[in-house]
Amino acid sequence: MSTPPPTPPTSGWRTWGGILLVPVLAIFTALVIGAIIIVATGADVIAAYGGLFMGAIGSPRAIAYTLVEATPYIFGGLAVLIGFRAGLFNIGVEGQIAVGSMCAAVVGAFVSLPPGLHAVVAFIAGALGGALWGAIPGWLRARTGAHEVITTIMFNYIAIRSTDYLIKVPFLDKASSSQRTPFIAEGAQLPFLFGPDYRLHVGFLIAIVAAVATAWILKRTIIGFEIRTTGANPDAAHYAGMNVPRTIILTMALSGLMAGMAGASQVLGLEHNLKASFSAGYGFDSIAIALLAASNPLGVIPAAMFWGALRNGAGLMQLNSGISINLINIVQALVIAFVAADQIVRQIYRIRSARSAGITLSRGWGR
Amino acid sequence: MPPVLEVRNLTKRFPGITATDAVNFTLEAGEIHAFLGENGAGKSTLMNMLYGLYRPDEGQILLNGQAVQINGANDAIKRGLGMVHQHFMLVPTLTVTENIILGNEVVNGLLIDIASAQQRIRTLAQTFGLDIPVDAVVHDLPVGVQQRVEIVKALYRGADILILDEPTAVLTPQEADDLFVVIKRLKAQGKSIIFISHKLREVLALADRISVLRRGKLVGDTTPDQADEAKLASMMVGRDVVLHIEKRPATPGEVVLDINHLQVADERGNIAVSDVSLQIHRGEIVGIAGVQGNGQTELVAAVTGLIQPLHGTIVVAGADITGQGTNRAIDAGMGHIPEDRQQHGLVLSYSIADNMVLSTYDIAPFATGLIINEAPIAAQATALVQRFDVRTGSIDALASTLSGGNQQKVVVARELARPLNLLVAAQPTRGLDVGSIEFIHKSIVAERDNGTGVLLVSAELDEILALADRILVMYRGQIIAEVPGAGADRNQIGLLMAGITSTGAQA
Repeated sequence: MSTPPPTPPTSGWRTWGGILLVPVLAIFTALVIGAIIIVATGADVIAAYGGLFMGAIGSPRAIAYTLVEATPYIFGGLAVLIGFRAGLFNIGVEGQIAVGSMCAAVVGAFVSLPPGLHAVVAFIAGALGGALWGAIPGWLRARTGAHEVITTIMFNYIAIRSTDYLIKVPFLDKASSSQRTPFIAEGAQLPFLFGPDYRLHVGFLIAIVAAVATAWILKRTIIGFEIRTTGANPDAAHYAGMNVPRTIILTMALSGLMAGMAGASQVLGLEHNLKASFSAGYGFDSIAIALLAASNPLGVIPAAMFWGALRNGAGLMQLNSGISINLINIVQALVIAFVAADQIVRQIYRIRSARSAGITLSRGWGR
Repeated sequence: MPPVLEVRNLTKRFPGITATDAVNFTLEAGEIHAFLGENGAGKSTLMNMLYGLYRPDEGQILLNGQAVQINGANDAIKRGLGMVHQHFMLVPTLTVTENIILGNEVVNGLLIDIASAQQRIRTLAQTFGLDIPVDAVVHDLPVGVQQRVEIVKALYRGADILILDEPTAVLTPQEADDLFVVIKRLKAQGKSIIFISHKLREVLALADRISVLRRGKLVGDTTPDQADEAKLASMMVGRDVVLHIEKRPATPGEVVLDINHLQVADERGNIAVSDVSLQIHRGEIVGIAGVQGNGQTELVAAVTGLIQPLHGTIVVAGADITGQGTNRAIDAGMGHIPEDRQQHGLVLSYSIADNMVLSTYDIAPFATGLIINEAPIAAQATALVQRFDVRTGSIDALASTLSGGNQQKVVVARELARPLNLLVAAQPTRGLDVGSIEFIHKSIVAERDNGTGVLLVSAELDEILALADRILVMYRGQIIAEVPGAGADRNQIGLLMAGITSTGAQA
């Protein structure tokens, strides 16, 4: 009976302003609260945030290191985001990264191929490993209805513990004192962009390409249309003749592909081997990146850079002010809390709610 | 004596729209006052202000000559206003008595005094001729009885003014007749009634006075003596409306849908369609009449490939598509106007253009290989928006911003845009305004005249009578009768819908 009042069509800059507003204000608010915490502990805010800033982007090398830190987050953020767009919550990025790194490390170290081609094959192996590890929970969801949140968490344990075993036993570099796989062949390395001093490697460029490709796939291909329709209204997708189970499996595979690339890029571009328990939570932080990017593939790039900057700047902050780098974890947590609970930010800054712009991140449990 | 309810210059604005614009009316004691209007005309807004759910921006509400401010539903109830919503506000797992006293319990110490409550309920029910089983659990009751429970609930709380929001939407014609008897009894006992409807025939039969709303304004105040259906319809829409679709007799061709011994289970696994066989020919409209919930939804879901039948076969234009999914049905040349346009028919967060290609996005010219071509999609949308008269500023507008009628036109446009062998139309005009109904009916008849077979499922008997060339009556999962569409007797069909066949026995 009641028709909602018509909403005026949104113009371009308004849409962009609306998308950027909440993340930017969330970051700002989180930094303000961080400052209050710094003051409360008796430290110097200027020194702390000055150190954070300088450490993150204060020199060419700092910038390069920030981008190095950002690289796995770009891939990981894309992985989570692709799931979101189909209404799937892939919490298994961590495990998919582990499988991807393992595949890349093994192909990089134990297969011999011409240089260059070796890097390509190792990278693809890592990406496909992640894709396979993502596709299995997708298949379980499509076939049996087992919720991907549950299965991907379980698959994380399986992946992390199994790779740990593979690193420590069959693929252990016995010549080394640390628990890691052998160094990959030089020809399997992703080249550094500005030499080893700056550490920035080709993986970063691949991540940028992956973000652009994801945006294009989602917007301009029939696969993207199927993913988005399944996410926006699975009943309508089914009604319209789309193969929803296939789309779910494909989405999880694509998501895992991105996660696998995160692992491959770290191993082939930066570490050149795989250490036991290496990932350090990239997969879980990736959920935060996707949220901060408001599920926009290109938005993942600045979101990941911000994340990388915080991590990279934290060291100098601690050095300058004596504030623990754990403060950064608090700031990161606050940012995510504010982005997720955007109503709080809207309340603080009196922004009119734009509910229609919201996206469904994940549907309910079960079906 | 002042009128029991008077409304003066009542105005309510929402951003970008004036929902009600200086509306005036009075309700006398013992009067049945009907409100007619299309969707979005302001009926709901007006009633929500009376019931205290919205605060008016301007104007006054007077009860028995006293200006009042109504703060919420509880305040409205206290002041003697009762509302029976279109969707009942009953707790299905509680008994009738528990539902009626809910929130209004007679307490005896710590215990609820059920006995004295039941005594009051029985007295009320007897006074107004409302036959209800006080101890029955609500979900076991037919819809018509549930509605009586809602009315008793309002009376139990002391309502003198009853607002009935589209009360006949969920009833069989016979149940509706029973309701009218009740309403007349209420009136005779001095209750005042506001009756909201979009069914012209009912309003003419029941009301003492009729107010017509259009775009928030009161555009007519008349009585049944001075008005007829055509006049009321043109008042609602603002122009003359064709109420009876002109259609030539059908010229049925070959069989295009052949269903044999179909058995389908509902979501909970109960048999909803027990054994249905039917045939539809090219160039005819076959209407399935029946009260909602007699298996029509499941029949349509199985035919269109949304769910897998337990037994039986479905053949469309020579191709067996039984249980092979929606894609196969579409490939066989089936179009489907779904029962629930928002759940199945549209992606509300998509543009009109994207919704127009929801099932053709992957074929030329809309896609080349894996890549979507935006220009042909936009061109298609522009053409369809014009041909199907979708009222929108832009093909890029989100489907969620359209009115119900325009949303449905998008669905109909999309389904009729490709060449069809069979069109399955389920409740194609549910909840729509007169103008949109007229347009969609014409489109369906035109599609029939093109040689498409049409399976029409509708709970609105008027719609079946207006469109169908043959009428099948569905009752408890079976087709219990077939009646020719021309000259069909609505009384007879009404009885069949209740399961009563001509022999007088329950089927």
